[in-house]
Amino acid sequence: MISVIGVKKRFGGHEVLKGIDLEVRSSETMVVIGPSGSGKSTLLRCCNCLEVPEEGAVRIGDVTIVEEGVTVPEAQLNAVRAETGMVFQSFNLFPHMTTAENVMCAPMTVRKTPKAEARALALELLAKVGLADKADVYPSTLSGGQKQRAAIARALAMRPKVMLFDEPTSALDPELVGEVLQVMKALAAEGMTMMVVTHEMGFAREVADTVVVMADGRIVEQGPPARIFTDPQEERTRAFLRALVDGHLAQPAAT
Amino acid sequence: MTIDFGPVLEGFPRLLSGALVTVEVTVAAMLVSAVLGLAVGIVRLDPRRRVLYGAASSYVAFIRGTPLLVQLFILFFGLPQFGILLPATACGILGLGIYSGSYVSEVVRGAIQSIDPGQTEAARSLGMSRAQAMRKVVLPQAFRRMLPPLGNEAIALIKNSALVSLLTIDDVMREGQRIISTSFRALETYLAVALIYFVLTNLANQFLRFLERRMQVEGRR
Repeated sequence: MISVIGVKKRFGGHEVLKGIDLEVRSSETMVVIGPSGSGKSTLLRCCNCLEVPEEGAVRIGDVTIVEEGVTVPEAQLNAVRAETGMVFQSFNLFPHMTTAENVMCAPMTVRKTPKAEARALALELLAKVGLADKADVYPSTLSGGQKQRAAIARALAMRPKVMLFDEPTSALDPELVGEVLQVMKALAAEGMTMMVVTHEMGFAREVADTVVVMADGRIVEQGPPARIFTDPQEERTRAFLRALVDGHLAQPAAT
Repeated sequence: MTIDFGPVLEGFPRLLSGALVTVEVTVAAMLVSAVLGLAVGIVRLDPRRRVLYGAASSYVAFIRGTPLLVQLFILFFGLPQFGILLPATACGILGLGIYSGSYVSEVVRGAIQSIDPGQTEAARSLGMSRAQAMRKVVLPQAFRRMLPPLGNEAIALIKNSALVSLLTIDDVMREGQRIISTSFRALETYLAVALIYFVLTNLANQFLRFLERRMQVEGRR
């Protein structure tokens, strides 16, 4: 579903991605972990061309959206993005719209969905993420966890085939992390294809089909969570997991 | 010499009709300014569109760097040399609008740039085009931030409009001068003219405050 082939990305003189290859199969949940600055978020942002990699290619479904620094024409890229949901660390909800309007905006603007239909869809999705009663309030009145769930509903409104999560719980108070992970878990269980950058090891262990460990712009190791967490092959993986234990982050989150 | 408001009171209907002309010219100039300012402000967001960006930047630099009175005279006295003979009112409206637009474009650009890039990214990630993201997501938020500085521009425009009296437009300033030319009551007349400008700028200010309050009610950040 997502193919990343030999992707390299540099910012100024600094090479952030030094040749990444990976494949997310349909209905698979891939979790990308690694120390900060390892290029995880950049890799995720390359998957819908929010960042354009200079080398290599990215394919979503059967569309090669970027190849050797050249993206597909604008209209085609927009169509692919519409089917590739993205959830951001800082939510990026539209503050001038109510929660329901946030969810309705893209279907109405991009797909010209009639308002009543978009509203019905929004209410359905908000109910799904547990925000049925928050449809007509503005995002400023929501808690962090509620904001992120609303943002997930907004992405789902385009009926995406793939969901990209960029550290969706990193900006949340600890007690609000669980409710967001719960929604993501339900999505994974429904068979959504997901690529998740996160520091939530409990989520990775429990939900991931594949865990990818990144460090310094490269993939260090990848495999099923059972192997990565209990029998890591690479020293860098061991060092990273050890650092997490020392930072008492590695306790499986009680989700 | 004594103070005598008699001639001004007698000529007050003429001052009011002048005030109406001032309002007409100003409102029309505001429209020119808004359209021009929005377009130029958006063009100046992206230096990679070299030709457009260069043209927009030259416009802003030239208009902000020269006196409004000179610009008005170029339109009114200069253009006829090339056979372009615009009516005085058109010169006034265009001159004021072009001048104000250069300032408004900077307000527009600043407000748009102050919106978190994450907003555009979220909109683009949902499949919106650049224009759709601008229209639905960025501009509505930026507009709210533009209001206070736009209020300043509106007030400046009202006051600057006094200069169009020099293009033979019968605005409140020129009507005042007419009254003085027959009554020689300069102080009294100019005080009355000043009062009228003060009322106009105040009304504009109140209206903008009202808009600001309304926009704050729906969707605070």
